Amino acid sequence: MSAIIDVHHLSKQFKEINAVNDLSFTVNEGDVYGFLGQNGAGKSTTIRMLLTLVKPTRGSIRIFGKDLFTHRTQILRQVGAVIEKPDLYKYLSAYDNLALFAKMSGIDPTRSLLLNQLKVVGLEDRAYSKVKTFSQGMKQRLGIAVALVHDPKLIILDEPTNGLDPQGIADMRNLILKLSREMGKTILVSSHLLSEVELIASRMLIIHKGKKMVEGNVAELLDPSKSLVQIETAHNADARKKLEHSKWNGLLLPGTKNIQLKMNKEDVPDLIADLVGMEIKLLSVNPTHSLEDYFLSLTTQPGHVEAFAD
Amino acid sequence: MWKLLQIELYKIFRKPRTYIAFGAIAAFILLIQLALLANGKDYLQFGLGFLDDSFEIPYDKINNGYWICFLVLNLLLIHVPILVALVAGDIVSGEANMGTLRLLVSKPISRTQLVLAKFFAAVTYVIALLAWMALFALVLSIVLFGTGDVVVAKSMEMHQIEKVDVLWRYFAAFGFAALALILVASLSLLLSVLSDNSIGPIVGTVCIIIVCTLISEMQIPLYDKYLRPYLFTTYMLGWKGFFYIAVDGDGQTIRGSVENMPAILKSIGVIVTYTLVFVTASVMVFRKKDILS
Repeated sequence: MSAIIDVHHLSKQFKEINAVNDLSFTVNEGDVYGFLGQNGAGKSTTIRMLLTLVKPTRGSIRIFGKDLFTHRTQILRQVGAVIEKPDLYKYLSAYDNLALFAKMSGIDPTRSLLLNQLKVVGLEDRAYSKVKTFSQGMKQRLGIAVALVHDPKLIILDEPTNGLDPQGIADMRNLILKLSREMGKTILVSSHLLSEVELIASRMLIIHKGKKMVEGNVAELLDPSKSLVQIETAHNADARKKLEHSKWNGLLLPGTKNIQLKMNKEDVPDLIADLVGMEIKLLSVNPTHSLEDYFLSLTTQPGHVEAFAD
Repeated sequence: MWKLLQIELYKIFRKPRTYIAFGAIAAFILLIQLALLANGKDYLQFGLGFLDDSFEIPYDKINNGYWICFLVLNLLLIHVPILVALVAGDIVSGEANMGTLRLLVSKPISRTQLVLAKFFAAVTYVIALLAWMALFALVLSIVLFGTGDVVVAKSMEMHQIEKVDVLWRYFAAFGFAALALILVASLSLLLSVLSDNSIGPIVGTVCIIIVCTLISEMQIPLYDKYLRPYLFTTYMLGWKGFFYIAVDGDGQTIRGSVENMPAILKSIGVIVTYTLVFVTASVMVFRKKDILS
C-alpha cells in the first residue's frame, strides 16, 4: 500500500509556542486516518501545513510521493479540504460558490455536475439560495461539496462534525465511510472525540501538545484485550532508558514524565519480573488503563479546566 | 490568470458594497448639475465677481458642460480614494475576515497569481469607477449644458481653453486619475495583505492619504524640502496640469499645448514607481504569510 501523506519530523513554532513538535506520520492509500487530539493539540496547524496555509519551521511533507512545497500546485489539484468552519461567500448562492471553487480547483464544471454534487450532499433544493440563509449543517454540507467537486484523491477534513446536530453527525459519518468504501478516497479526518474517530477510521494518530503520542491501526489500538500499563518508579528517566534497551521497547508509548506500555494484561507479571531484574525500584504498576482512559488522561493534564471535567 | 481575474471580478461585482461608490458618485454629480442648472450664474458670480469691474465676464457661456466636468473633477477626485479603499482594502483582508482565504489559498493556484489577480481586479474596479464618473461628469454635463470654452484659475492667472482644445485634455486627465487611483488601490492591497480584518486597511489607507495630502498642501518650508517631494500624494493631483495651457510671448494661449509636460511626466513616473513598490511588497508579504484566519 503506497503512502499518500508522508510527514517527517514536522515542527511549527509561533514565536514562543511550539504548535507542532517533531511530528512524523504516514497516511496510506485508502486509509480513513483519524487525527485525534484535544483542542489546541496542534491538529489544525498540522492540517494547515498539509494544505500549504502555514509554512513549517522544520521537517518535510510528501504527498503522492512528491515534496509538497516543490510540487504544490500539482498536489493540491488532487486534494479537497474542509478547514475548520466551512466559511463560504455568504452573498453568493450554493451553486455560485460551488462553481467558483470548482474553477479555482482547476476544472471547468458543467451545470449538471454542480447540481449533481449539490444533490450528493442533499442541497439540490437550495442550490440557488444565498449561503447567508443556510444553517451551520447546510454550510458544512456545502463545504463538503466544495471539497469533492473536483474529484480529489485525498480529502482532508478538519473537525467536520463541529456544530452539527446528532443527525448531521451521523450523515457526515456515513458520507465519510461512503467516500472511502465506494469511491476509494483516502481521507484524513481530525477530531477531538475518540468515539467519533473509532467509528470511521482505519488508522489513527493521537497528538498532544504538538507531539505524537500514539499511532496505529484503530482496531489494534482499541483492542480490549490490551491494556495501557502505567509504571511508577523511583527514577522514571533511568527506568525508561533501561526499558528502551530491553525486549519491552516496542510496547513503550512516547512521553516524558510517565512510563506507559501498551500490552496484554497476561504479560504484566513477566514485565514486573524483568523490571526487578533490571534493578528498577518499582513504586507501582497499574494495568487498568484502556486507550480511551489514556486519551482522557491527556485531556486532564494540568491546565485542563476542572470545572468542565466530568 | 485570466480565469482567476474573472473570478475576482465576479466576487467584487456581486458584493453589494461595491455599488456604494457608484451610487455616491452619481448622487454627488447629479446634485452639482442640478445646483448649477438652477443657480449656475450666481455660483460663478460668487467666485469671479471681483473681476466684474475690469472685465465683462460671459457667465452663461462659462457655465457649460466642459467647465462643470472640470469643477466635478476638482471636487471629487480628492475623495474618490476613499471609495477605492472601500473595495481594495477589503480585497484580501475581507476574505480572511470571512474565512474564505484559507479555502482560496489551499486551491492549486500560486499565491503570487492570487495577489496579482486581486490587484488587477482592483484596477478594473478603479477604471469602471472612473468610466462611471466620466459618464456622469462629462457626458451628462455636455448633454445638459452643452460645450464651450473652459476657464481655469491657476494662482493669480486665468487660463481660457478653446472648446475644440478641451476634450483630449479630459481623456488625458481621466487617464492620469486612473493611475493615481490605481496607486491608492495598491496601497490598500498592501495593507489588506497585512491585516485579517477589513476595517483596518480601509481606515489605514484613508488616514495615510489624508495625512500625506495635508503635508503636501500645507506649504511649510521644512516639509516642502524634506517630506513633500517624497510623498506620493504630492503627485496625485497632477491631472490638473493638462488644463494649464502654455502661452506665447504675446500672452496668447497655444492650442494643444500643456504648460509643464515634464512635471506631468515626473508625476506619472513617481505614481507608477510607488504602485510597483506596493504591489511587489504585497506579493512578497503574502507569499510568506501564514494563513491563520
